[in-house]
This record gives sequence, structure tokens and C-alpha cells, in this order.
Amino acid sequence: MTIQQLERKAQEIRLTIVKMVGPGKAGHFGGSCSIADVVAALYFHKMRHDPKNPKWPERDRLIFSKGHAAIAQYAALGICGYFPEKELWNLKELGSILQGHPDMNKTPGIEANTGSLGQGLSISCGIAAGLKLDKSSARVYCIVGDGELAEGQIWEAAMAASYYKLDNLLAILDHNKLQATGPIADRFDTRPIREKWEAFGWHTVEIDGHNMKEIVETLDSIEKVKGKPSIIIAHTVKGKGIPFAENNAAFHNGAMTQEQFETACGILSEQGVM
Amino acid sequence: MKMQNQRTAYGKTLVELGRENERIVVLDADLSKSTMTCLFEQEFPDRYFEMGIAEADMISFAAGLSLTDRIAFVNSFAVFSTGRPYDQIRQGVAIGKLNVKIIGSSAGLSDFGDGATHQSVEDVAIMRAIPNMTVLVPCDAIETVKAVRAAVEYNGPVYIRICRNDVPDIFPEDEEFVIGKPYVLRDGSDITIFAMGRMVCEALAAADRLGEQGISTRVVNVSTLKPVDDNSIIKLAEGMKGVITVEEHSIIGGLASVVTYALRGKGIPVETIGINDEFGQSANTYDALLKHYGLTADNIVERAKAL
Repeated sequence: MTIQQLERKAQEIRLTIVKMVGPGKAGHFGGSCSIADVVAALYFHKMRHDPKNPKWPERDRLIFSKGHAAIAQYAALGICGYFPEKELWNLKELGSILQGHPDMNKTPGIEANTGSLGQGLSISCGIAAGLKLDKSSARVYCIVGDGELAEGQIWEAAMAASYYKLDNLLAILDHNKLQATGPIADRFDTRPIREKWEAFGWHTVEIDGHNMKEIVETLDSIEKVKGKPSIIIAHTVKGKGIPFAENNAAFHNGAMTQEQFETACGILSEQGVM
Repeated sequence: MKMQNQRTAYGKTLVELGRENERIVVLDADLSKSTMTCLFEQEFPDRYFEMGIAEADMISFAAGLSLTDRIAFVNSFAVFSTGRPYDQIRQGVAIGKLNVKIIGSSAGLSDFGDGATHQSVEDVAIMRAIPNMTVLVPCDAIETVKAVRAAVEYNGPVYIRICRNDVPDIFPEDEEFVIGKPYVLRDGSDITIFAMGRMVCEALAAADRLGEQGISTRVVNVSTLKPVDDNSIIKLAEGMKGVITVEEHSIIGGLASVVTYALRGKGIPVETIGINDEFGQSANTYDALLKHYGLTADNIVERAKAL
């Protein structure tokens, strides 16, 4: 896909997120929209995967350690055809295959059960270590949140990945600078971020997480790094693409009014392909 | 009676399993010389993961390894393999029913010198409360070998509790171990003692003495604490004057809970022997602790006579 096509896919993911949650119901818009461009680049450019064979052993894996942003992954999986599109509209309903947080046994394409923050990176490390034992060339991608960096287990995983030289693991930090109750800088400052990862032995790159060309070029070049795990610190805007939700902590897990819903659909439809 | 160590039996069994099945991997958090996973590390260094003193990461990392179609054995002292990473077990392992086997070594009061911080009185309760979890407490080295092999055959999360100190051989060598089955080790007609782990040998000693005093005692080794078929417990208690449960564990959430729940509404008197909702403490010997908490044949005899 061209950069422009990937940008449209990202907007399609955002529009799907808005439609999945719908007006009047709470959903994790903020942290899902901030990572939508990266998710589009992964599913429609970078990752080897087969929607008709979700358990293909040679597939690349994507794990959302920040499991509350699952709707971004659900949207991408739905667009890819991992499950019938109609399932998207049953989000969080009783009996739905799309749970509030990722459930590997309910949703085709979901790799692990995450949502209790701090655990997904460790799980990703274990998968990466297992793939190395298998001498597989498959890669593991893990989306981590910047609020999540307060979890001590993240740093346990960071040490383990470094010790086991998991160069088939790429973490992507959705650095949107807001946690549920406000700016990270005011609530619980997890910075400095780059220095921490470097100190833990990771290859570290910082990018604009909404610049598709930069995302794609970084994803392509970073897999050449050998002997250590890598992390992309993606500078993002929480709620990106939905004006009233941008940089608004209230939309970490917020509900749209009918008017806001229509506004969001209008803006995203103009920019997307739907 | 021949004495053997459950940890050693476990470590050797892991090596045998490693030879039979290349999908088995082992993780430890700097206690491999205690848990005896050092034996596996020596023979299969590529399939042994030293995770540092980081139990939470160890459990989740094991979950990841299991997601590449592996059987992951996670090892630490029971108190650190169940309590500290409870959330990692619940969220990352149990909800997804992953093939992770959690070993609780030096369980109960068996790490006698280290005191309350290292003694697990509630590990079985914690693990039993988690949906999808299977909980096994083998009574000796022989049953440990069989239980570990059964855990490998079973696809899903299993917790196995292991004592630190030598225990007498009890479990019949030729008996098949089946998850969920309570084992009658001695039959009787007056009372039933349901015992768990290290307490099974105390129950057998108590049954000897009760027999001399004219009380015919059935001794049941309850080595699967979950899943439990209530009817199997009811059948072994029906027609008795009463039953006693004996466990080196809190009376909350362990064997006492299993048996009293199974016998609800049956009108059979139940006595429970266990640790009465308190923590352990240091002592110079394991036996001194067992005696202090009333986990002895003497106490079982006394309580049985009062039934």
C-alpha cells in the first residue's frame, strides 16, 4: 500500500472505532485513536499475517499490552476480515466475541489475554523467546502505553528482553502523554522515557506517531537491529482525529453525545474510504 | 518407611520429561537449587529460563512461551509462585486456559526456619479460587512424579504444591494417578480422615492408633483439591460417625472447605484440623512447627475420639 492508502486505512480504523462504540456509551477512544496510525501500518504494511488462518505458526504477532485500546485492534481485525464485519457492532454486548479487553479464546486474531496493565510486554517476550527456540523468523510487536510504564513489571520485562537478546521483539510506546486522570507530567511522571529504555539495553527510536511515512520507514529499518530488543517511542495525540477528544483525558474512556458522534463520523468519513 | 524428597523427585521427573518432550520449558526465579530445576538446567540449558528475582514477569513470560505451543513449568517457593504473581496467573494464564504449570515449592510450613514470609498457609486457597485452575497436592515423592506427569498430559493451567522436607513413601507405586480422584489408602468403618499432602502420613499413623483403640478408620488422600467431584467425597463419608479433615494449610479455602462443602446438608459431623487463620513463624525444625499448629497424629487421634 502507498503511504496515502495507509493513511486512509488509519482513518477507516478511527471511523470504525467511533461506530463500534456509538453514541451514549463509554469507550476507550483516546488511547485507541492515538495508536491507529501505527496499527494501520502494522496490519496493512508490515506484518505477515493471514486473516483466513489466524493461528498460522509463521505469522507475526501483535499484542496490545495496553489492552484497553483493544478497539483499535478489533477495528483492524474486522477490516482485515478475521471475523464477519457484523461482529464489530456487537462490541461488549453479552456473548460478544469482542470483549472489553482482549480475549484470545473469543476473538480470532487476538494473541493473548491482556488488560491488566504491565503484563503484555512480558507475554510478548515469552512469545519472542519461544519463536527463537523454533528458529522462526516471525516477529512480535507489542503496543505499550506511557501511563503503563508506571507498572514495575514493564521494567522486569525490559530486563528479560535485553538479557535474552530478543531482537525479534519490537515494542511501540503510544506516548500520548495522558493517563486516565490527566497529564502524565502532573499525575505520575514516567519520564524520562528514552533514557530509561536505553539504560535497559534497548535500541530506541523516537518518531511522530501520526506521520505514516516515518512510521513505515522506521518499522522497515528497525528489524535490521540484531542482538537486542527495540522500542519505537511514538509521540502521539490522545484521541487523534476526533477534534473534541484530542488531548482530552475525559475521552480516555468517555461517551459521545449523539451530536459528537455525528461530528466524528462526518470528519472521519471525509478523510477515510468508507 | 522409606523417606524421599518431593523436590528431588520433581527435579528428576522434569529431566525425564524434557528428554521425552522437547516442548517442555522450565522457568525459575533464582531458586533453582531449592526447587531442583537446576537438574533440568544442566541437561537442557536452552529450554531453561532464568528469570531473575522477578516472579510477575516469570509467569507472564511463561504464558508467552505456552503461546508458542510449549508446556511451561514455572518454579518458586509456593508463597512466591502464587501470592506475588496472583494477577499475572489470573489474567494472563487462567482466563486463556494456557498450558502453564505452576510449582509451589517449599510449601506450607516446610521452609521452617524462614518464618511467616516464606511459609504458605493460603496458596491452595488462592489457586482454588481462580477459575480454570487445577490444584494438585501430592502426598509423597512417588505421587509427585505421577502428578507432574499427569499435569503434562492435561492441557491447561495446573498448580502443584511440593513440600521441602523428606516425606515417607505412601502412594502405591503401581497405582495410576488420575486428576480428581481421592485415594483410599486404608479402609475403615467408623470414621473417615481426609488428608492432604504431608498430613497423609500423620493420618495413617493416627489410624493405626485409633484401630488399637477400637475405632476403625478410613484414610483418604485428597491430592486433587480442584476439580473435586462432591459425590466422591460423599461416598467416602457416608455411613460414618463423622469425618476429620487434616491439612498443612489454612482451614479457609483448602481441604476443610472442599470437604465441608461437599458434605453440606448430609448431617455428617465434620472436624477440621489445619492452620487456624494465622501465619506461620520460624522454628528450628519442621516437626516443631507441625506440633505447634496441631498438625500431628496425636491431635488427630484426640479429635477423632471426640467425634
